Amino acid sequence: MKDLIDIRDLTEAEIDELVCTAEDIIANPDKYAEVCKRKKIATLFYEPSTRTRLSFEAAMLELGGSVIGFSAAADSSAAKGESVADTAKTVECFADIIAMRHPKEGAPYVASKNVDIPVINAGDGGHNHPTQTLTDLLTIHREKGTFENLVVGCCGDLKFGRTVHSLISAMSRYAGVKFVLISPEELKVPENVKTEILDKNNIPYVETTSLEDAMPELDILYMTRVQRERFFNEADYVRLKDTYILTPEKLENAKKTLSILHPLPRVNEISVEIDKDPRAVYFKQVKNGKYIRMALIMKLLGIKA
Amino acid sequence: MIIGSIVNGLVIDHIPAGKGMELYHDLKLDELSCEVAIIKNAPSEKYGKKDIIKVNDLIDLDLDILGYIAPQITVDFIKNGERVDKKHPSLPETITNVIKCKNPRCITSIEQELDQVFKLTDVESKTYRCIYCESLAKK
Repeated sequence: MKDLIDIRDLTEAEIDELVCTAEDIIANPDKYAEVCKRKKIATLFYEPSTRTRLSFEAAMLELGGSVIGFSAAADSSAAKGESVADTAKTVECFADIIAMRHPKEGAPYVASKNVDIPVINAGDGGHNHPTQTLTDLLTIHREKGTFENLVVGCCGDLKFGRTVHSLISAMSRYAGVKFVLISPEELKVPENVKTEILDKNNIPYVETTSLEDAMPELDILYMTRVQRERFFNEADYVRLKDTYILTPEKLENAKKTLSILHPLPRVNEISVEIDKDPRAVYFKQVKNGKYIRMALIMKLLGIKA
Repeated sequence: MIIGSIVNGLVIDHIPAGKGMELYHDLKLDELSCEVAIIKNAPSEKYGKKDIIKVNDLIDLDLDILGYIAPQITVDFIKNGERVDKKHPSLPETITNVIKCKNPRCITSIEQELDQVFKLTDVESKTYRCIYCESLAKK
């Protein structure tokens, strides 16, 4: 595997290997402190990001490597009209690996086809965000000890929420997984996700508009934000943004062992009171993101501790 | 209606009725300097009606486009007035620069020099998706 563009690029065995390496990094950070000495990651971020960019940069720094890049398209030659391919070919002259976020779907794929160094898709529009999925998987594994026999509730914007589509795709490979898809009618999971992933793999799922009704059976609750930047129409965004807000009252019927995940940033869909609940693991999830990205950078660079 | 027979050239037959002109443009036959005849609504035993295109030259033909538009199409290759070959185009694995991705979020919407490539993702339903953004192919 040269690049990571789509979570489906990884086999189950490769995901297990990454999770295993990340667990070892958490347990023995010193062992990994210099494995990427003299290596550089280029973080090419054409749209704003806090977690993902800093997570990639922290990951490379903790592996002993260094970081170059830009954090907005306006800071790059894209502002002068340079193509993604040309930017990638230029950056290849300076860096050993690229992490790219771009508002247009397929941009990291274009970069990967034009360079010999590994390219990691750090999010392309509403399409894919595979390292977020790896982060989610590591979090689920650390909280539950398994990927199997779990009821996974996905709540919020399931139409444009790329993290949800990738999580469904990744978790559909494991035995005994069931999905509860909680969203307003307008933001339901797209048909192709249902037909080409869930139906094709005979994965049981239910669609509902009620978070309260779904709550008692959930092992995982994956909350998402209704993303303003995915809407062409502001009125639709305003109408739908407050549909689901997770409050302590809504958790009354939830399992004691529930784990609440969120790819962040949140706006108001999880009340801050929930942060103190031990079932809220979304900030642990952020930290896990750094560890799994460390494991991924090592794998793509062919480095072993 | 009588159209002269071909000495050296191609006959694209069994085109679904009404698709002849579309195919004429997709195959860029309008750019040829040789004679090209489009026969619309010709009687067909199997389909009722069909379109036929006759090209009076042995040009290189993109069979992938034909397979994508309608797999029942056949192509007869004529040399010295005799049919020397008959091809049945199959559903191509990829189609390049035939259809355009309509997703405004796709990278091809801002980088026009990129090839428009669609990949066959489901043979049964003949589903093609953009290799960049995975949007469904729409003619």
